Amino acid sequence: MQLSKTGSISAALAAATCTLLSANAIAADSNTNSQASSLIEGWQFNSALLYYGETDRVKAAEAILSARGDFGDDKFLNLNLVLDSLTGASATGAVAQPGAQTFTRPSGAGSYTTAAGATPLDDTFRDTRVQLDASWEQPLTSNYRGTVGGHFSKEYDYLSLGINGNISRDFNHKNTTLSVGTALSHDSINPEGGIPSAFTPMLFRSNFASEGAYQQAFDGSRRTDSDTKTTAELLFGVTQVLNPNWLMQLNYSIAKADGYLSDPFKVLSVVNSNGITQQNLYEQRPDSRTKQSLYWQNKWHLSGSYLDLSYRYMWDDWSLNSHTADARWRFPVAGNWYIEPHARYYTQDEAEFYQPFLSEGMPLPAFASADYRIGQMDAYTLGAKVGTVLDGGHDFAVRLEYYQQNPNNPGVELPGALKDLELFGDVKAVMLQVSYSF
Amino acid sequence: MNNKIRILITTLALSQLAACASLDTVKPWQRGTLAKKEMQLNSAGLDNALDDHIYFSKEGSSGGRSFAGGGCGCN
Repeated sequence: MQLSKTGSISAALAAATCTLLSANAIAADSNTNSQASSLIEGWQFNSALLYYGETDRVKAAEAILSARGDFGDDKFLNLNLVLDSLTGASATGAVAQPGAQTFTRPSGAGSYTTAAGATPLDDTFRDTRVQLDASWEQPLTSNYRGTVGGHFSKEYDYLSLGINGNISRDFNHKNTTLSVGTALSHDSINPEGGIPSAFTPMLFRSNFASEGAYQQAFDGSRRTDSDTKTTAELLFGVTQVLNPNWLMQLNYSIAKADGYLSDPFKVLSVVNSNGITQQNLYEQRPDSRTKQSLYWQNKWHLSGSYLDLSYRYMWDDWSLNSHTADARWRFPVAGNWYIEPHARYYTQDEAEFYQPFLSEGMPLPAFASADYRIGQMDAYTLGAKVGTVLDGGHDFAVRLEYYQQNPNNPGVELPGALKDLELFGDVKAVMLQVSYSF
Repeated sequence: MNNKIRILITTLALSQLAACASLDTVKPWQRGTLAKKEMQLNSAGLDNALDDHIYFSKEGSSGGRSFAGGGCGCN
């Protein structure tokens, strides 16, 4: 996620921007020359801009443009372009301390200081990402449909390539649909400064007599190669029409990831019996993870309103289990306007190797991470979307949401100074999204 | 605890599917509401894509509705 030179990204962004600009130009032409509700015959476009901002931490902006082309005979081409940009500070995994702390940046060049009592945040995160997805769907024989697709996502230090396919079959006069899908992805990770070797300590320039000696030691603590992650998934789904106003879906999925699953920027503090940090070690996670989930969604039409209720249970072989409940309820209001309140609740247990810190003098475990995102946590989202259907059937909507994460201590006894410090601080974020379809 | 929840969900889901078999089939002319955009399971596709990306980056879970893996090194 560390960004310095961005040649390839810049080129990709420039190309993407040109695509967007030319689409706008075509839109302008289309508006002046015809009354067509779609700017290109047979194509539907959806676009959205999202701002995501955490208090004192990450800020992100994301733009999506998706297009769906109707090629007749129930055949469709779906294209999706995503651009996002991220800046701000991210929790490193190190614990707060009674005094100020200095940390070396992930690249090894330079340092940053965290104030006394504050959660250590690495403020060097800057990233730009471009993502492209394409898929083709068509009927295969009567009652069968097939979809094949590809995925590309590139950021400065990360490349993800994927393919996917899906077959579905309708039964029972199209009231029941069974589907099976598979996806394979291959990710390459090449972080700024190299990948730290497992549990190597963060080094400090001030502990070395010369720049050369520091650089030699730093390079020695880093792997010289990049690494990869492959993910293979299967997704089985049943969709059932229960009555003219009720639709239900149940999915089971299993995903196995192999390769580099650690976060090269995360550390664990090693603290003594007084709770004082002695050093910070780079984390190490297992090199495989199998996740499974059940996802259950219901869609109801209730006297003019539309209720969408879903629940997901996810479990994996890291012992990270989670429950997610989500509710969206869309009500018509005056004219063509609607309002859609949204509430989401999420809770997860910690991964078995999650530890908020390591204790001095204890043997190193095989795996450990202090990343709060795989720790015990509750989170909720509250928000609403307001939208309208404009002339020509174009949808316009604004969505505002509040998201809060409440990390919890999974039952670790806090030594000395750590008792008086906030180690499991809340993360608060606001999301604002504007959507337009044309 | 988690096994119990798993069994509960499976039982609920299976009972619902079993119930489906005994339901009267919804006829094509009764599908007016079901055909509406608001009634599609992924009616807010971009909202879902943006949400999935945020929660994938900030939480330890992903997928369920669609594929979970790959994608980005998002922090």
